[in-house]
Amino acid sequence: MEYLTFKLDGDEFAVDVLKSREIVDLRSVTKVPQSPEFMLGVINLRGSVVPVIDLRLKFGMAKAETTQATSIVVMDVLVGGETIIVGTLVDSVEEVIELDESQIEPSPRIGTRLNTEFIKGMGKQGEQFLIILDIDRVFSSDELLIVQNAADPAASE
Amino acid sequence: MMDQYAETFREETIELLSELEVGLLELEQRPDDADVIGRVFRALHTVKGSAGMIGFDAISDFTHEVETVFELVRSGSVAVSAELVNLTLAARDMIKSLMDAEFGGQPIDPEAAEQIVAALRSLVPDTKEIAPPVEAGIEATEPEVVEETTYHIRFRPPANIFHRGIRPLALLQELARLGSCRIIAETDAVPDLDELDPELCYLYWDIILATVHDEDKIRDVFIFVEDDCDLKIFAINDDLLDAGGGELRLGDILIQHGDLTHEQLAQVMSSQSKPKLGESLVQAGVVSGAQLDVALEVQAQVKRQQQKRQAIDEASSIRVRSEKLDSLVNLVGELVTVQARLSQTADGQDSPVLSEIAEEVERLTWEMRDHILNIRMLPIGTTFSRYQRLVRDLSRELGKEVQLVTAGAETELDKTVIERLGDPLVHLIRNSIDHGLESPEERQAAGKNPKGTIFLSATHSGANVILEIRDDGGGINREAIRERARTQGLLTSEMETNDTELINLIFTPGFSTVGEVSSVSGRGVGMDVVKKAIDSLRGSINVSSKSGEGTTFTVKLPLTLAIIDGLLVQVAEEIFVLPLSAVEECIELSREDVASANNKNLIRVRGEIVPYLRLRERFDLDGELPDIEQVVVAEAQGQRVGFAVDHVIGEHQTVIKALGTMYKDVKGLSGATILGDGTVALILDLPPLVQEAELDERELTDSIQEKMISFQ
Repeated sequence: MEYLTFKLDGDEFAVDVLKSREIVDLRSVTKVPQSPEFMLGVINLRGSVVPVIDLRLKFGMAKAETTQATSIVVMDVLVGGETIIVGTLVDSVEEVIELDESQIEPSPRIGTRLNTEFIKGMGKQGEQFLIILDIDRVFSSDELLIVQNAADPAASE
Repeated sequence: MMDQYAETFREETIELLSELEVGLLELEQRPDDADVIGRVFRALHTVKGSAGMIGFDAISDFTHEVETVFELVRSGSVAVSAELVNLTLAARDMIKSLMDAEFGGQPIDPEAAEQIVAALRSLVPDTKEIAPPVEAGIEATEPEVVEETTYHIRFRPPANIFHRGIRPLALLQELARLGSCRIIAETDAVPDLDELDPELCYLYWDIILATVHDEDKIRDVFIFVEDDCDLKIFAINDDLLDAGGGELRLGDILIQHGDLTHEQLAQVMSSQSKPKLGESLVQAGVVSGAQLDVALEVQAQVKRQQQKRQAIDEASSIRVRSEKLDSLVNLVGELVTVQARLSQTADGQDSPVLSEIAEEVERLTWEMRDHILNIRMLPIGTTFSRYQRLVRDLSRELGKEVQLVTAGAETELDKTVIERLGDPLVHLIRNSIDHGLESPEERQAAGKNPKGTIFLSATHSGANVILEIRDDGGGINREAIRERARTQGLLTSEMETNDTELINLIFTPGFSTVGEVSSVSGRGVGMDVVKKAIDSLRGSINVSSKSGEGTTFTVKLPLTLAIIDGLLVQVAEEIFVLPLSAVEECIELSREDVASANNKNLIRVRGEIVPYLRLRERFDLDGELPDIEQVVVAEAQGQRVGFAVDHVIGEHQTVIKALGTMYKDVKGLSGATILGDGTVALILDLPPLVQEAELDERELTDSIQEKMISFQ
């Protein structure tokens, strides 16, 4: 299976390449009021309005300054039985790699700084560890709700 | 492949069933109308035929039984009765259920179908004698469009026709009513003036008539003069055309009329050097100029008829899947966006050539947009039949006499709007029958017609369609609403409400004034659902009512959901779009104005005090407040509300894009649109914004009151 890899806060992540539609440069994002901070807003993707998520904020990492390398990976995500197109803001897109099932290990319960529900497994590429994401889970509606509830007190302040 | 046929069958059958329903309801009013009986029969026949072809035998067999009865109705051996209409309506519903079952719906209890069949059979005098109707075929037995035939009529009345008190003009006028008619007066028999007897008729006429009627009908016109006059009627049929290679030859016409013999024609033809036969014939003296004119006119008429037929063929409609239209609308939306960018770019280039191209593209884009949106428009009348049935069934169930009067069936609305309007309208009509109209006894006691009336009308008003659902019932009981509102805590006894506010309380969730719950309505789920559905169509609903005279619900809807006229405004760095249809005016708001209103969010608009809310505050936007703000005054929630913004940029044709699942919980936004420079702007949904602001204010005043109480 092939995976698209990208970097977030020094860690390398991977998603199923079939899930990713395209990679676009960072462009002007329109913020939508009354929405959690990790939901950056919406962009114009060739005439379609597509929501963009800051994966750093979604994973509880610190917000980063945007650089030349900052990109939006546009993915097909299954949310509540419906496939929606979502852009994800990442620090930089790396490469597309091939990984056998045998090269993927189950995720450790601790030490990833991440909700293990999001993780399909850990891959190894040379000395570098890859965190393979289950991107549908990342965007699963329950998860969104939790985040929204958590963000609500802040929003109503 | 089969699926595709099946899908087409389903679409067609749904249409036919609604035709059938309309027909049956009309039959109830006019049981003897042969046209309607014919329509009902044809609908049944077509359903049966196409169901048979596709292999849905259950539908085909069942419909066959119903059709058999209507075959007899058509031939006059069975009369239309209320029972027949009832049974056939039940049969219609059964066909629908049978079809749904074929498409994976609930299976049907065969006994129910058999009961209907048995009941239908019992209406027929002697079942054995029934001849099976014409076997299943796709063609209906009667052609849907009756073809026109062209006749050439030569009418030469006797010279003394005036003496008999007959006016040839009246005859010609009567003839003209049969179809499209060209009349040529032949004057070759008119004598010189000194020989002319003014009491005699010297004229005769050649008439070319295109009509759907047959020859007998034409002869009927001349019934009183036929015996003494010279009347010739020729049908100009397609055989003649075929012989002439698609075009009717002049010589053939003249021969057919008896103005020319074959020999004469052959003679002239053989000596003819000029290409024009007509002129040669006149020159040869075998045909008069007038006879030639008539023949030429016949030729022209036939040509017109052919063209007309062709036009009918070409204008015939095609069936397109609605998804294809939806994607077309999306594409045009993108085109509109790109065109806006092009215009913006061209403006900045100072190039006349580019500007010209941009303008041309703009013109074409708008034209295309209008046409495509127009394709999606359907007359709302297609849904009216559904309500006729509803009213009929409900009035029986509730023991009330009700008639539904509709107007404006031809008013066109976007397909999606019509589809999503169905349920709210059903609810409103139910409500009117159940709550609005009184029982026949009560009506009689009040001096009204025991039969209640519900008016359903649709009219265009600018970019909106106004629907009115009006009943002539008892009106809304204000006291009941007040009472109910108090028990539900919506009103406190000291709270003042004006009449409009009071009756609009019926749109509050969970509100119902009716003590007893009927199967029809009164369960408190209703008006709020209606309001929500209308709101989601970006429409509004209002109610007005006069005690004893009735209640009117007015629903205002946008023509289309895809594209709206918007007003672009800027707040801090953000650009928003307000629906222009709601905007009334824009006024300036200076710091002094704010100070003079004592920092309350109120502004004076030509003597009226209008509250406003700052978008900057509602959306938590930073940035400098400009010295002079703009307040966009708009209508929302049935009141005038201002929206304070930094700048008003201008109008914008707004292609509405959904914000999608991820933002579905955000209130006050109805979507997004793409601006000329490619950025995304959010479209404001005014009613929820106002609602939220009202809620916040209420909480604020409540907490202030609490504080004051604790202070005391």
